[in-house]
Amino acid sequence: MNSDTVNIKKLIIKQSLELDCGKSIKNFPLAYETYGTLNKDKNNAILTFHALTGDQFVTGINPITKRKGWWTFAVGPGKAIDTNKYFVICANVLGGCMGSFGPTEINPETNKIFGTTFPVITIKDIVKAQKFLIDHLGIKKLLAVVGGSMGGMQALQFTSSYPDAAYSTIPIACSASHSAQNIALNELGRQAIMADPNWKKENSTPNKGLAVARMAAHITYLSKQGLQEKFGRKLQDKGSLKFSFDADFQIESYLRYQGSTFVDRFDANSYLYITRAMDYFDLEKQFNGNLSLAFKKTKSKFCVISFSSDWLYPTSENKEIVIALNACGANVGFVEINSDKGHDSFLLNVPEFLKTLSEFINSTYNDIK
Amino acid sequence: MKKEFKVISQIIQNNKRVLDIGCGDGTLMEYLKKNQKNDVRGLEPKKNLVQKCISKGLSVIEGDAEKELIQFPEKSFDYVVLSQTLQAFLYPEEVLNQLLRIGKQTIISIPNFGYWKIRLHLLFKGTMPVTKNIPYDWYNTPNLHMCTIQDFVNFCNSKNIKIDKSMCLTNEKISEITNKNMKYKNIFSQLGIFLIQ
Repeated sequence: MNSDTVNIKKLIIKQSLELDCGKSIKNFPLAYETYGTLNKDKNNAILTFHALTGDQFVTGINPITKRKGWWTFAVGPGKAIDTNKYFVICANVLGGCMGSFGPTEINPETNKIFGTTFPVITIKDIVKAQKFLIDHLGIKKLLAVVGGSMGGMQALQFTSSYPDAAYSTIPIACSASHSAQNIALNELGRQAIMADPNWKKENSTPNKGLAVARMAAHITYLSKQGLQEKFGRKLQDKGSLKFSFDADFQIESYLRYQGSTFVDRFDANSYLYITRAMDYFDLEKQFNGNLSLAFKKTKSKFCVISFSSDWLYPTSENKEIVIALNACGANVGFVEINSDKGHDSFLLNVPEFLKTLSEFINSTYNDIK
Repeated sequence: MKKEFKVISQIIQNNKRVLDIGCGDGTLMEYLKKNQKNDVRGLEPKKNLVQKCISKGLSVIEGDAEKELIQFPEKSFDYVVLSQTLQAFLYPEEVLNQLLRIGKQTIISIPNFGYWKIRLHLLFKGTMPVTKNIPYDWYNTPNLHMCTIQDFVNFCNSKNIKIDKSMCLTNEKISEITNKNMKYKNIFSQLGIFLIQ
């Protein structure tokens, strides 16, 4: 984990934020990045939400990891979310490890790193912190709130919590309440982390368990067909099977690489906290079992997008959101994009998806201008 | 925009909520939104057409009316529009019941199987009619339940469905259907358009 997070943009939120767990926090940092320029009317701002392992560096080169931003295919000059036209904002989530208040921060009361003494946070808490940032930037109404996976959950929560704060809401490949299967998969990752003898509650990295968690999670981001086409039974070193437990197959080698590079950039305790926030997400329960009530007050225009090969957040779960929106007469469009790239489709170059995203945002902007 | 849509849009009052089922590329929706300030939604089974609609800024849901209509609350739209699709459903009666439940009023158009050219085609050629309006062969047609204008009116009467307006189209010409001219219109109209509730 690279702790060189000193030079990144941070807002110190002085106000008190009441967390769902009952504790409250104040004077805490929220790291963020912006792209493009906010126009005079302040109506071209788009708040993007990152997924589990993302950060505020949406596009361009991430100054900390030196790798491409996580949504480079979708965001940038001339891209689907065109930064020549729009002002794009992204904040590192609460509990994250890219400069925002999280388990890697030092607890001023003990002068030690929080580790697992950090309060358990929820998607609602994460979104509350980001609303402070939007207020700080002087934006009264965002053109769009958009995100995939956990980012989509934040988009739903944001518009539910602040019904007048966004002209449009774009939840992608997500769900309004985390399924048992998804909780199970997250628990698998957490147990892998905590089973690692090097994992420490206070300071956690490097961590072999985190690499295993990432490997398992990575499989869930791809489709069976996609994996088969990309790797099949191809061997790593063209020769024959080695009759050992080394990475004989390309898929093994690929997953090991994904796991090991992840450990360099991510904190194991952050992984625990953020997966927990996802598991606790249940918008339906927030409204006593009636998801429609979550959107009753909003005039925001929704565009729900799912992917045909996504089995982690399948079309059926995305459709639950659409059904709830229809039931309260909200303004909603929905499309399932054909892709064999699984859940990861929203991060990849899937032209039909990028076109839909771009045209929806552009038409919304034209409508409000 | 085709004549049929002009007729439909004239029936719809300004500023009302409209659900267009099988909205295609959103031509009618776009017209209603721009010119009549209607609050429009669409349902369309074809992905590429849904994407087209979304790119026009229209709120359209990808889905099949036979499965999706159940999610809309009762009387949640002032008008529900179904253009030339009723005959293509597996269970048209159930779809029609859903339309009547969701919409305060329903506008429905049907290709008239009683049109004289269709009658003559079957009579003289002895094969299933293929016309400009119904351009399919029997083995690839999506139209499972063709009916005539008379059939539809009879059906509405038998189910106590109130017909507020009945119009017909022949070669772009529009006219009203009355009890008196029904037999005649059932022979000479290509399309029937009904406002029902």
